[in-house]
Amino acid sequence: MFHPVRDAFRAIAAAVVPEAARMDSAAWADVEGLIEDALATRPALVRGQLRLLVRVIDVLPMLRYGRRFTALDAERRTRVLEWVQNAPLRLLRRGLWGLRTLIMLGYYARPAAAVEIGYRAHPNGWEARV
Amino acid sequence: MTNREYDIVIIGSGAGGGTVAAELSQMTKGGIRVLLLEQGPRVSPEEMTGREVEMARALYADDGAFLTSKGTVSLAFARAYGGSTLVYTGTSLVAPERVIRSWGVSGLTSADVARRSAKYLVQNEVHLLPPEELNENNRLFVTGCRSAGFRAEQFPVNVRGCKGSSMCNLGCPNGAKLGTNAVQLPFAERHGVEVVTRAEVRRIEERAVHLRVRDKQPGEKGAPGEWAAGEYRVRAKVIVCAGGAIGTPALLLRSGFGRHMPALGAGFTCHPAHILLAEHARAITNDVGHPKSFYLDRAVEEGFVLETCMYFPFTTAKNLTGFGAPHSALMRAFPRLQMILALACDRAVPGNRVTVDKEGEPVVHYELTPRVVSSLVRATRAASRIFFAAGARRVHAPSAHPPLIDAKDAQCVDELIDARHFRAGKVSVSAAHLMGGAAMGAGRRSSVTDGWGRVHGLPWLRVADASLFPDSLEINPYVTIMALADRVAEAVRVDAPALLGARGAGAA
Repeated sequence: MFHPVRDAFRAIAAAVVPEAARMDSAAWADVEGLIEDALATRPALVRGQLRLLVRVIDVLPMLRYGRRFTALDAERRTRVLEWVQNAPLRLLRRGLWGLRTLIMLGYYARPAAAVEIGYRAHPNGWEARV
Repeated sequence: MTNREYDIVIIGSGAGGGTVAAELSQMTKGGIRVLLLEQGPRVSPEEMTGREVEMARALYADDGAFLTSKGTVSLAFARAYGGSTLVYTGTSLVAPERVIRSWGVSGLTSADVARRSAKYLVQNEVHLLPPEELNENNRLFVTGCRSAGFRAEQFPVNVRGCKGSSMCNLGCPNGAKLGTNAVQLPFAERHGVEVVTRAEVRRIEERAVHLRVRDKQPGEKGAPGEWAAGEYRVRAKVIVCAGGAIGTPALLLRSGFGRHMPALGAGFTCHPAHILLAEHARAITNDVGHPKSFYLDRAVEEGFVLETCMYFPFTTAKNLTGFGAPHSALMRAFPRLQMILALACDRAVPGNRVTVDKEGEPVVHYELTPRVVSSLVRATRAASRIFFAAGARRVHAPSAHPPLIDAKDAQCVDELIDARHFRAGKVSVSAAHLMGGAAMGAGRRSSVTDGWGRVHGLPWLRVADASLFPDSLEINPYVTIMALADRVAEAVRVDAPALLGARGAGAA
């Protein structure tokens, strides 16, 4: 899924979850592995649409800033995604919604993220808090 | 293709199928052969790890995110031994009298539903949790409701030996919830009902079902299927569909029954919901303890219900509006978060229905009507007032722009939270109370079954799940599903002499 658009995908992911920008390659592999697993059961068409969306987001800033998404600073990347999020076309909004959902799945479903945000649920519940 | 023969086949093992199986199990003493087919696996409490993605994949259809046709609502329903009773929170309410009356189903009275519901409240050991087991996420809801002029009510729940893992929606790791997987299905199996898991029914024909049994895949959770993998044709004198409000209409539609039943698939409702959250100044107990202990019922007055809730990191993240630094800051406040689930009481409307695609897979068409959007906006305003009254310093409201509201603006929630900021495809809406699609009623033009789950014109075919609901229930539905399934089982017993012959007469 990611190989042809990896740089653009990681740039978008780091705009969606800023902490992702500090991840090492092992953490990126975890994130992308979780997303690949989630997409494995979806139709090939969905994966193609996601790759297309990543490419569209990458070239979209050429119109405004004359640079690709990957070449923008963090502030401008956020502005581009905000524009897509509020786009008049529902298809674009839905597309970004799906992409951001996958990014959040990859990032927040990792045990490391649970520790990072202080989520401490445990099968033993109250006993584990003593 | 392997051929088998039974007297009664039940499809689905959730609140509907599990109840029918238990109720009909006594008939096996009279030689009646009863088979229950479940699409999902039989997963034990020891396999419930509480890991979000892993459990969603093991227990839910589409990892818990089955999307409506336009992708605007995410639907959660389980596929496992016990159906969605494996992943609910065990909240056990009896259907309001006004709702059953408004359904207008001939012969179905609220007194009958209440009587049968009472039986399952006892069977499932429903009770109120003692105060010392309630966490601050729940207690703050009560405090906030009181200060904001509302009266919160406590949910009766069906747990035994709850350790407070807060992982109800991922399957209880302690087996504490008394769903059909713990009560009705084991009872049915002890009394002679045969249960086959990993068995997906693809088609129903006159007194027979075609199904496919899957092998357990490497790394997959759950016990292996009871039958060898392959295709089967099972003949039966009675077939009871209890695959849920998506599964049952889809199965009947791909089997061709829709040609003579225009109402099949219609009337789908789901209590579309927002997960709302607020940040407090201090850490509170939220990810420990039963997650859903209180609710505020504003269905009559304002078309919504608020319930306490607590979700997992990914579910929380995806339900927050936006992204970037503000989103991350809220996620990093997890130990200080209070959550409320806001459910809209939607209505069955034309167009909101289940269909099937070319492969026979279900497609759910669901538009958020202006009435539903208004309900969600009113619910968000009420929840925000409750959050602030409970001491929250800021609230995340999806229908506000920007979505974060500070305590200093608490007096302005009515202006800040508005339907004009509610944009489908930007605001997250999910649902887990899936209802309708094979509704009870008077005739085949407007309904699929009579008030006892008998499919019109096909006495051998019955429905026993939430798809029977002619309209939204406005409360958590599992007890009502059990009450209706109890009626369906009774009707099967009454009709047994005609359906099953001499053995049926003896067994009934």
